[in-house]
Amino acid sequence: MTHVGYVAVGWLATLGTLGSYAMISIRRGKTLSRQVPPEERRWS
Amino acid sequence: MSITSLAADDGTSSRGTRVLGILTLVGTAAVAYLGLVATGPDVIQRDSVRLIYVHVPMVSVMYVPVAICSIASLLWLRKRSDGWDALAVAAAEVATVFVGLGLVTGAIWGRPTWGVYWTWDARLTSTAMLFILLLGYLTMRRLPDERSVRTKRAAVVGLLLIPNAIIVKFSVDWWLTLHQDATITRADAQIEGLQQFTLILSVVVGYLGMAWLMVHRFRIAWLESRIEDRGLDLAIAERRAEGDTLVATGGDQ
Repeated sequence: MTHVGYVAVGWLATLGTLGSYAMISIRRGKTLSRQVPPEERRWS
Repeated sequence: MSITSLAADDGTSSRGTRVLGILTLVGTAAVAYLGLVATGPDVIQRDSVRLIYVHVPMVSVMYVPVAICSIASLLWLRKRSDGWDALAVAAAEVATVFVGLGLVTGAIWGRPTWGVYWTWDARLTSTAMLFILLLGYLTMRRLPDERSVRTKRAAVVGLLLIPNAIIVKFSVDWWLTLHQDATITRADAQIEGLQQFTLILSVVVGYLGMAWLMVHRFRIAWLESRIEDRGLDLAIAERRAEGDTLVATGGDQ
């Protein structure tokens, strides 16, 4: 395979950033939802 | 464990987001296999073409949260409802991630293909301007000021996003650019077979992932607004209690 370094960095940067952002969002949502009563969380 | 604590453990998740999340993960695994293993190298780009399967979804998807942010900003300016504000901030943050990744993956692809990470091409420059505008929007949200004031300032910045996104979209048609024009949608598409299927699948998965992030981020923004409102209510109640105490003691304290 040619350009292995570029391909690896591009894929890792994309999946790593999106994965981290998704994990941070889930954690942030869990922390915040504990401070709000269930009736104000229409989705739960 | 009580029902309340179970609900709290769910955070911003729901059945719909779980289905969306699973579809995104399965789709990502499929794109990774197809893009990195099953498809062959390109005749001209050789294996750097595999970067297209992450770059194109980022830049295709980014227009949606950008448009949502502008429309929600406009609707907030008209109706001043917390829902539109939460939608605007959620869209701005998600758009920033996708635009940022579009710029990064584009630069990484550009080096082996064009010979440079960056050039002041109309598409690249207008995308960079869009990214800066989004950072400006998010900065406006964090300025220490009254909520309504900072939301209003951010909403005005949000209105500028759609015109900028239109410039990004049509920059390759309006100016002579190094960046190529549309790949999949053009009549004489230069991509076919498994490469074309992988590219289209990667864009579909990108949309699924963006939708998942948007829903979660919107719910986070909604929870933050509820908490801020409750904090304000508590502060008002405390001030009222202080006032009542002063009246009861005849203002001696």
